Amino acid sequence: MTDSTVRRGVHTVIGVLVLCVMLFPVYWMVNASLQPSGNTLTAGFLPLDPTFAGYRRALSEQGDNLVTSMIIAAGTVVLSLAIATPCAYALSQFRSRWVSAGLLAILISQMIPGIVIANALYTAYERLGLLNSIPGLIVANCSSGIPFAILILRSFMLSLPPSLVEAARVDGAGLFRAFVAIVLPISKNSLITAGLFSFLFSWSDFLFALTLTTKGGVRPVTLGIYQYLGTQVQNWNAVMATAVLSAIPAIVLLVAAQKYIAAGAIGGAVK
Amino acid sequence: MAHATLTRTTEASGPEPARRSRGRRHRGEDLTKLLFVLPAVLAMVALFGYPVVKNLLMSLQDYGLRTFFTGDAPWVGLRNYTTVVTDNLFSQAMVNTALFTVGSIAFQFVIGLGLALFFHRRFPLGGVLRSLLLLPWLLPLIVSSATWRSILEQDSGILNRTLTGIGVIDDPVPWLNSPSVALIAVIGVNIWIGIPFNVTLLYSGLAEIPAELYEAGQLDGATGWRAFWYITWPNLRAVASVLLMLGVVYTIKVLDIILGLTGGGPANATQTLATQSYERSFIDFKFGEGAALSNILIAISFVFAIFYLRSTRRAVDE
Repeated sequence: MTDSTVRRGVHTVIGVLVLCVMLFPVYWMVNASLQPSGNTLTAGFLPLDPTFAGYRRALSEQGDNLVTSMIIAAGTVVLSLAIATPCAYALSQFRSRWVSAGLLAILISQMIPGIVIANALYTAYERLGLLNSIPGLIVANCSSGIPFAILILRSFMLSLPPSLVEAARVDGAGLFRAFVAIVLPISKNSLITAGLFSFLFSWSDFLFALTLTTKGGVRPVTLGIYQYLGTQVQNWNAVMATAVLSAIPAIVLLVAAQKYIAAGAIGGAVK
Repeated sequence: MAHATLTRTTEASGPEPARRSRGRRHRGEDLTKLLFVLPAVLAMVALFGYPVVKNLLMSLQDYGLRTFFTGDAPWVGLRNYTTVVTDNLFSQAMVNTALFTVGSIAFQFVIGLGLALFFHRRFPLGGVLRSLLLLPWLLPLIVSSATWRSILEQDSGILNRTLTGIGVIDDPVPWLNSPSVALIAVIGVNIWIGIPFNVTLLYSGLAEIPAELYEAGQLDGATGWRAFWYITWPNLRAVASVLLMLGVVYTIKVLDIILGLTGGGPANATQTLATQSYERSFIDFKFGEGAALSNILIAISFVFAIFYLRSTRRAVDE
């Protein structure tokens, strides 16, 4: 008994050490963001004399870009969920020989490199006047949001008992009304998860930001970081502070999706 | 399934008028069902179907800067393909793509498997630690690139400072500035990014292996390495093959990390098919040649995707 307690304690210690190694770069990012400005990285292992100069500079130089990223990501979430949710429901509940074809199409779409989409969208946007525009980037980012949202929402909706919607249908509700009134509220957790991931994909997007904007104006924060890195880096603390600010959604997602995973497990157990 | 049950219920319990209008209502229902999927179908066609077709067409055209002014894109047959394939950089980009893909996946998988096996032994805080491990995978790639740029910085980066400090190396290693080590450094960063995904999938695969198998194996003397070899690995094969194929499909098209870390340099040491395709299209504005390269990229991942689809089908069947 005590022997196994000791062994489990040793495992925990090893686990913590593994995590320290794996997350060291994340720690280093935070540490470097709190250092005084300069073009060399003289930071010690601890930010003993922390300064927020990096964050002040980051917010003044990249504040607009952070807002741009926020708007694009929010737009991507709304558009992706609006398009993906009814489709996920159809793929999970309607019986049709097209279901497996649709799933196959989604899987194949995952192999298509972003650069292929960027090539084609650039030429199309150039004609449509969508280059350097927020709607243009929202639509492009839906290419990662929609397929993922369909897959994750469908896997949840597969577990919905048909009797749920049936009851409403007997009361005379149309298919769409039943979907809005019953399926959507009950899918709340998976909608949140799909939404958070769509947000994160769009927030992290660099390729479309790089290729579908040609001049200032609309500049997501990922592009801002890239331009910081472009030449000799002048202010590491500002670069790292921007990186930290850009990492916040990932950390939020990690906490929120964890909650969803727990909710899903409980839902499955209770049935 | 749902549909069949619904129809039967309405038929059995529905009053007479409802039954008479069933034909029309049925058609209306089919239309509603179509409206459920129509937006997604249109989006998939616009965001995936159109780009693939457009790339195929562009790769057969002289589609360059001039095209944007005159609208002219003369057909040139396979000339774009011969141009990119005979380019001096092509073979290097191919080799780099292969090294990058194989190197990344091999280490991500082996380290991921080791960590998954480790976390599979239950111990206090194991679940929390495992979920925190996901962070590198969730960070925007350009954020990871920026962070690693600062760590790998030649003169003042923490890696070189630590290694010289403890006497492993005498002179700072130019991680990202030397053609001989840049690719290794880039692969290393990509391994770091991919480990969490591998751990998560392999861990879920391990969790599905019934404990009875190990109990039965123990009676037959299968413990430790033998248990891994005869019980764990065979039961993990389906997950592992899916994971490896997904890894290839995702890794082969990686662009953000390389652009953020080295931009394909130094001296083209980290150019891959993806970075080459980007440069030809968006730096040189030779969209025809860029499209030709990206089509080669699609063709390669398609070969692997066939393996992937076959292995998922097998996984589902099992």
